[in-house]
Amino acid sequence: MPTLTSLRFKNRLYYVLLGLGGIVALAGMYAVHMMEHYGHIITGMNNQIVWGIPHVFAIFLVVAASGVLNVASIGSVFGKAIYKARAPLASLLSIAMLAGGLFVLMLDLGRPDRIIVAATHFNLTSVFAWNIVLYSGMFSLVAVYLWTMMEQRMNRWTTPAGFAVFAWRFILTTGTGLIFAFLTARQAYGSAMLPPMFIVLSFAWGLAVFHLVQTSIYAWNEKTLDPAIMGRKKNLLGVFIVASLYMVAAYHFTNLYFAHKIGFERFILRDGDLYPALFWGGYVVLGNLLPLLLIFLPGLGKTRCVITASMLVILGGFALLYVFIIGGQAYPLDIFPGYEASSSFADGQINAYHPSLYEFMLGFAGLAIAFMITTVSVRVLNFMPHDKPYIAD
Amino acid sequence: MTDVDRRGFLKTAMGAAVVSIAPGMFLFDMAHGGEAVSSRVRWGMLIDTASCTPGCNECVSACSRENGLSGGVAATDSQWIRKIEIKDISTGRAVSLPVMCQHCEHPPCVDVCPTAASFKRADGIVLVDRHLCIGCRYCMMACPYKARSFVHEPLQDQNPDVPRGKGTVEGCTLCVHRVDQGLKPACTEACPNQSILFGDLNDKTSEIAIKVRTVASTQVRADLRLNPGIRYQGL
Repeated sequence: MPTLTSLRFKNRLYYVLLGLGGIVALAGMYAVHMMEHYGHIITGMNNQIVWGIPHVFAIFLVVAASGVLNVASIGSVFGKAIYKARAPLASLLSIAMLAGGLFVLMLDLGRPDRIIVAATHFNLTSVFAWNIVLYSGMFSLVAVYLWTMMEQRMNRWTTPAGFAVFAWRFILTTGTGLIFAFLTARQAYGSAMLPPMFIVLSFAWGLAVFHLVQTSIYAWNEKTLDPAIMGRKKNLLGVFIVASLYMVAAYHFTNLYFAHKIGFERFILRDGDLYPALFWGGYVVLGNLLPLLLIFLPGLGKTRCVITASMLVILGGFALLYVFIIGGQAYPLDIFPGYEASSSFADGQINAYHPSLYEFMLGFAGLAIAFMITTVSVRVLNFMPHDKPYIAD
Repeated sequence: MTDVDRRGFLKTAMGAAVVSIAPGMFLFDMAHGGEAVSSRVRWGMLIDTASCTPGCNECVSACSRENGLSGGVAATDSQWIRKIEIKDISTGRAVSLPVMCQHCEHPPCVDVCPTAASFKRADGIVLVDRHLCIGCRYCMMACPYKARSFVHEPLQDQNPDVPRGKGTVEGCTLCVHRVDQGLKPACTEACPNQSILFGDLNDKTSEIAIKVRTVASTQVRADLRLNPGIRYQGL
């Protein structure tokens, strides 16, 4: 039983955490105000690197928001009891991260004040426009799904709602991958591999985030997660890591097969200074191999190892997205294949990008929004997983 | 009020309405001419790279003057047209040429724009509606020619004919404000070697249509099948 002192301490800690999240979110709003006032000149983005750090944060959050629902889907669609108990928490995290990601994406716009235009003027051929529907639909669907789980009278609708969410999130992450897959002219993008790659990446990133939050909630409530449950979930994370590494490898191998993309692959994998370092060191080693060792090496795989592995998977995700988004734009667009090119507009040159503090402030504000939504919700509603004494499956 | 009175009142009211609306309609018609933009026209350019002088920037300067651009070449400055020096990797042959929005028949920027701010006029000119652009920059990612710029800073002293806006994307308009007055784009007029031929590709008797039929010309990244309105000779 928690003592009165510990409850008082936690109460204070809760407000301190909320305050810290609020400060980070406010700092992001300040960055937005500055960008609004002075223009994007104060960021590191320019006419060559048009999407920067905010997009790395936003896409991570949106992709992880979809992937975290995997936990819920395994429960509601495939009927696994331990996942069912965690479906509400997974749904909450999904809403929180989606909100954080969209916060960043929207406030990075050149004209965020015109967001209503995006809702009233729809170009049906634009995957961005589709995504506006997909994101708002996801919010509503997951909210309904949560309602069916948390309101007893609605429980009988949980399975159909779970199926709807299951389908929707696949389409949503496909949409996120398609943003890049449709950029046919760019060597880095324009690949049909991207939507499935994003889906598999979402599994790993979402589960990693889930592990971190679940561990925090158990610690907060002074409970220990059943080692059997931990064992199953860590193995699942391991499988997702292997699968995402496979998809990323397949994407690069297919690119290497196309002669016109070899230059880009050399840049990303070998010659591009920061980008190969981030790809191999950040994504492959820290974000995949080390977590796999922490999970599967005999003698390891305990809670602390799984938490470290989860953190590394998240960091690896950021590294991969940086390489994918920024590196993909840094490599010069080949307008005249077979020719060397030079101009005042950086044709034929590797494009430099120096992110500014404002971009990081906006990106971290997205994380803070997700953190605050989660923290408040977990406090006011019952999101603690409730496992049955006997787990049949 | 009697019936006759009512009839009289209605007649007077209708007469007054016609008198007050008709001049406005007449003036509107005068201002906008008969037909607006027609798809019977396809504006385009034929650029002769053989006569384009390396190092000459007259077209670029003219574009900046006409459209109120700063003319700066920092990474955040707008460049609607730029001179690219290219060298064939296998033969070493060097060519200098201006590159701007290629005014594609199937423009990727129009496909990807979420709000339909990027649009193609019936006469083939690809434009950005500055009132609808939310500044997402997806069109810049999608354009195979890097033809678009994002306005990174507040603007001063704009040319009233060419409205621009901080936080929105812009690019070559083919000097649509001049073309609609029967003039040629600024770059075409400024070129000292007359390397840029502007005209209606659909009009078989136009100089550009005759030239396109009689000389070898190429479209940049023709493999993408976007059918740009800008063609290059001597590439």
